[in-house]
Amino acid sequence: MGTSRSDRVHDVVVVGAGPAGLAAAGRAAALGADVALVDGAAVPGGQYWRQPADDALAGSVASLHHGLARYRRLVERVRGIEAAGGWFPRHQVWTVTREEGTFVVLAITGTGAEEREVGIRGRRLVLAPGAYDRQVPFPGWDLPGVMTAGGVQALLKGHAVTAGRRVVVAGTGPFLLPVAAGLAESGATVAGVHEAASPLAWGRHIGAVVRNVAKLGEGAGYVRTLARHRVPVRTRSVVVAAHGEQVLERLTVARLAADGSVLPGSRTTVAADVLAVGWGFTPQLELPMALGCATRVDVDGSLVCTVDDQQRSSVEGVFVAGEACGIGGADLAVVEGEIAGAAAAGTPLTDRRLLRRRLALRRFAAAMHAAHPVPTGWIDRLTEDTVVCRCEEVTVGRLRSALPLGADDARSAKLLARPGMGWCQGRVCGYAVSCVMSAWTGVPPSPVSIAARSVASPLRLGTVAATEDPSSAAES
Amino acid sequence: MTEQSFTFDGRPVAFRSGQSLGAALTAAGVRSWRTTRADGRPRGLFCGIGVCFDCLLVVDGRPNERACLQPAAAGMQVESQEGTGHGHLEV
Amino acid sequence: MAEPGSDVVVVGAGIIGAACAFFGARAGLSITVLDRGSVGGGTTSRCEGNILVSDKGPGPELDLALASRSLWLDLAAEHGAERYELEEKGGLVVATSEAGLSSLRSFAAGQGTGGVIAEPVASERLRDHEPNLAAGLPGGAFYPQDMQVQPVLAAASLLAAARDLGARVVTGEEVTGALRGADGRITAVRTARTTYPTAAVVNAAGTWGAVVGERLGGTVPVLPRRGFILVTEPLPRVVRHKVYSADYVDNVASGDAGLETSAVVEGTRGGTVLIGASRERVGFDETLSVEVLRRLAAQAVRLFPFLAQVRLMRSYRGFRPYCPDHLPVIGSDRRVPGLLHACGHEGAGIGLAPATGRLVADLLTGAPPQLDPAAFDPMRFVLEDA
Ligand SMILES: Cc1cc2nc3c(=O)[nH]c(=O)nc-3n(C[C@H](O)[C@H](O)[C@H](O)COP(=O)(O)OP(=O)(O)OC[C@H]3O[C@@H](n4cnc5c(N)ncnc54)[C@H](O)[C@@H]3O)c2cc1C
Ligand SMILES: Cc1cc2nc3c(=O)[nH]c(=O)nc-3n(C[C@H](O)[C@H](O)[C@H](O)COP(=O)(O)OP(=O)(O)OC[C@H]3O[C@@H](n4cnc5c(N)ncnc54)[C@H](O)[C@@H]3O)c2cc1C
Ligand code: FES
Repeated sequence: MGTSRSDRVHDVVVVGAGPAGLAAAGRAAALGADVALVDGAAVPGGQYWRQPADDALAGSVASLHHGLARYRRLVERVRGIEAAGGWFPRHQVWTVTREEGTFVVLAITGTGAEEREVGIRGRRLVLAPGAYDRQVPFPGWDLPGVMTAGGVQALLKGHAVTAGRRVVVAGTGPFLLPVAAGLAESGATVAGVHEAASPLAWGRHIGAVVRNVAKLGEGAGYVRTLARHRVPVRTRSVVVAAHGEQVLERLTVARLAADGSVLPGSRTTVAADVLAVGWGFTPQLELPMALGCATRVDVDGSLVCTVDDQQRSSVEGVFVAGEACGIGGADLAVVEGEIAGAAAAGTPLTDRRLLRRRLALRRFAAAMHAAHPVPTGWIDRLTEDTVVCRCEEVTVGRLRSALPLGADDARSAKLLARPGMGWCQGRVCGYAVSCVMSAWTGVPPSPVSIAARSVASPLRLGTVAATEDPSSAAES
Repeated sequence: MTEQSFTFDGRPVAFRSGQSLGAALTAAGVRSWRTTRADGRPRGLFCGIGVCFDCLLVVDGRPNERACLQPAAAGMQVESQEGTGHGHLEV
Repeated sequence: MAEPGSDVVVVGAGIIGAACAFFGARAGLSITVLDRGSVGGGTTSRCEGNILVSDKGPGPELDLALASRSLWLDLAAEHGAERYELEEKGGLVVATSEAGLSSLRSFAAGQGTGGVIAEPVASERLRDHEPNLAAGLPGGAFYPQDMQVQPVLAAASLLAAARDLGARVVTGEEVTGALRGADGRITAVRTARTTYPTAAVVNAAGTWGAVVGERLGGTVPVLPRRGFILVTEPLPRVVRHKVYSADYVDNVASGDAGLETSAVVEGTRGGTVLIGASRERVGFDETLSVEVLRRLAAQAVRLFPFLAQVRLMRSYRGFRPYCPDHLPVIGSDRRVPGLLHACGHEGAGIGLAPATGRLVADLLTGAPPQLDPAAFDPMRFVLEDA
């Protein structure tokens, strides 16, 4: 364990090498900036272009990817950064501080006794930390075999492993389609796709859809794949319970009425060893919030960073791009990354086309969110023993016991019944707890209180304690 | 393609280079490798990207490593984890 | 439009407001508690919940602490220790140098005269108390009277008990001022939304006591003193007592504005270990100080080497409400008839809450106080100024 801190001050430090961060770093470097690019993963690509950490393995999943040529171009553009010692793979950032007018990105690398902290300095920051799957609880969701849709996709794209033999894909949003198609193409039996939204939902936003025909084309491709594998796709359909002794064995699925409740008599049982479920995504805002960047609530109910048309956050010198500014997919992330990278390099883009493209993609994202809300009925389907907080094993019943003590929102519930106090710091349960508390008390949810986390990634106390200058750790 | 293995609770588990422990265990049909500290419930992969901490296990004696992030390496000794994984420190 | 009237409005639903509400309601007063946030959501949710006598030398604060300690035990006996997660775990103070050990010994000897039990612990016996402690520490003292509660649960349970006695608790209600009669007496409390007619107001706004005092017509010199706490991953019981290094006592009493840190380590019911404590005067600056985290981590690892391999999961910070003389302000504000203060408890509000609540109830009902309140008189600052 130890710390290393170089005196080099980069012009721009980019955190996250997903679509947004890759684009930002490459653009800033192309404009002559000295750039550092930092990511917890071994290989750039983020979630959308997730790559295995081995070439042979990467070859075997290439067919699952879209726009690989574009990915390769973006990676090509950051080669110079790597050559100049500015690429920091497997560096997980735990916080960002300021020192003498510069930002210091503090990252952890190495495991076990090898774990150490690296401080990377920059005059300006681009934060592109992406998002993770949004989840809502239902009876049995803590059984092994129930996974997030993104997690199932990550296993496939990043490790060439199909999560199960017989998989059900459920939740809402266009992301369910590539997950199901990828599984089907890789040899798993997809027992069904259960999309909670109505097939008509997109109709109301046809304008936004037409302006993004490419996205639609990608979706149509998935639909054809699913048809070829005879995968049943049901709309207005949800998984209401998971069953099994030690692992997932069966699922109960049901049809939804327009108000989000289950249609009487519509429950059926499906055998499955894996459920891939997702209800959209939640942006990771720890780092921007640690720096005090202003936030707002987006159309999907997620807290996102407020940025201007140059991707500038409210904090001088800090730019934010990609899902952290609002869930909108990889294309939008790339566009935002290009804009942020240019602005951070001190040469804001004047290319109106890119700015218009961002607007069109944002509209498309807004239409997508409107068409794919989390249907409210899930709260009514919770049982008293349904686990809400997986880490601290807090059930609905235990959460309810905090009400007579005066708990009225997610934060007070956390203080009185511990949901959100566990290893994941409420990343998984925060959204659900705030919805449930709000439904019970009528107090509107406060997304800020569940998004701020002082330590973005856990690290050993020995690593925190180790400093270059041991005398500075001396007791006062 | 190189076939290599680590041990999981003493049994060999094959993996391909570049795979995580969680991926290799999943490919080998292992679904859960941890029990929770309060109710002893089984857990395995959930989010798959290092966010949820459900897939914790013991790697070469170190508890609470995330199976979804930890790259598999030949000869690694991997064990399932009970509760906090720090039982030996209890006083 | 006004809300129904009550005998007393308590501003603040932290541990102090909760104790004032409970003892006031028990004394037969009708009480309304107002908080702009949620129950226990202020500094009470940012602390460690220790009920300490070990860090106090003889004097009025120790008297208050000892009275409070026995009231905490009464409350636990009456309502059940579970309602507060009260644990009589004891405190172990460890010296990290020979010089530190001799000053700890003389401090402990002095405490004895004030009613504190301190048992000297020789170097080789330290690990009988705490098996995971580092080897070779020079020695320490065990304080069997130190205890711990879960502070937010404790505040919530006290308020629930007050509610059972007829008190009303309104959250999300920010107090903005007071209405006063021709004689200057307070007649109602104003909030952003409405007014609450009342004969008396208790300012239990903790670190915001100065602002609330001013809004009610009588300011008190309460200022913030920032402190960070580190929280580990969940563990089995690895630390039995509250364990801290002897220099903590000096820091608590210090008037220095600069950063002071000393290791304070203890387990919780939830399984996490809490590591404190830092003290610095930086106003309400909320940014994470990595420097403070490093020092706290280093000092904790020195006491408990196993912690080096344990993960830091989160940290939090709070702002202790302190007064220039490090004593709380408890009592009537003679500038504004009807106004009482109960704030400024600095790093000991949890420990001092029940005795504060009972003292406030005594003052409100005119009962003879069971403890001399002179040292806590809010007027002590005003008179000095004049
Ligand atoms: C598990 C998962 C799988 C997905 N799969 C697909 C898919 O197959 N198809 C699709 O269209 N969309 C997918 N998405 C949606 C995805 O959010 C976007 O399509 C796209 O990847 C967003 O790009 P981004 O650059 O904003 O963020 P991301 O792609 O998420 O990139 C963020 C990067 O930042 C890094 N990072 C974050 N925090 C830190 C930190 N503290 N320290 C160091 N590095 C950090 C991450 O490792 C990651 O590489 C997936 C999302 C998830 C969560
Ligand atoms: C790091 C740290 C560790 C600590 N450890 C301990 C410990 O181990 N033991 C111990 O005894 N003490 C400890 N303390 C001190 C303890 O937390 C405080 O002394 C105590 O919580 C103060 O309680 P309170 O009720 O006065 O204040 P608070 O809990 O802050 O309550 C005041 C309430 O007033 C409300 N309020 C403010 N303004 C208004 C308004 N205008 N209208 C309506 N409501 C308003 C606030 O919302 C708040 O809820 C610690 C403090 C810190 C920071
Ligand atoms: S699921 Fe609640 S803290 Fe992790």
